[in-house]
Amino acid sequence: MILYAVTFAFGCFSLALLMNLWKVVFGAEIADRILALDTMFINAIALMVLYGIVQGTRIYFEASMIIAMLGFVSTVAYARFILRGNIIE
Amino acid sequence: MAVVLEYLITAFLIISGIFGLVGSFGLLKLNDAMSRLHAPTKATTLGVGGVLLASMANAFATGPYFSVHELMITLFLLLTAPITANFIAKVHIHQKESQDSLPRAGEDGIWATLNLGDAKEDKS
Repeated sequence: MILYAVTFAFGCFSLALLMNLWKVVFGAEIADRILALDTMFINAIALMVLYGIVQGTRIYFEASMIIAMLGFVSTVAYARFILRGNIIE
Repeated sequence: MAVVLEYLITAFLIISGIFGLVGSFGLLKLNDAMSRLHAPTKATTLGVGGVLLASMANAFATGPYFSVHELMITLFLLLTAPITANFIAKVHIHQKESQDSLPRAGEDGIWATLNLGDAKEDKS
């Protein structure tokens, strides 16, 4: 029964990832696109953790931890570039 | 015990899937940029937290160890989601809002500083 739930969660997060991709391409403002990219990172974290549940190992949490840190840093870098033109002043 | 854990994991997975979907759907369908900021930062964080809870319960159910490794990711997301939301709001304000569309700042005019005029007169 867990396998059906994991398949459902996979489908939900994949659909969410596609909707974020739509928002990145057709977003109205820059803030929308930065937010959609950050949300894509978080959905990718969820997909990796779900894959780790399916495979039964714990290796994939390391990858999702790294992606969490990189997503946060890259969102802040995008926002600082739009605000100031420089990331590290 | 194993049946209870199985139902618990299934419930966590289904609820978190729905939360993740609703968060991204709100990003798509809400009609103001500041409203669109709320949906992914809150709902998607909750969805990922649910998936991580399901993973912790699964590791407890199928192995000899009890892993709190996933709590680190949840904690990191809960700490950094407000910071990213603050930066994105700042981008929106600096680009799209003018001084007329923002709320009035009170006596100072720009920064809404507290007026200490009476206290200064007492000291001198």
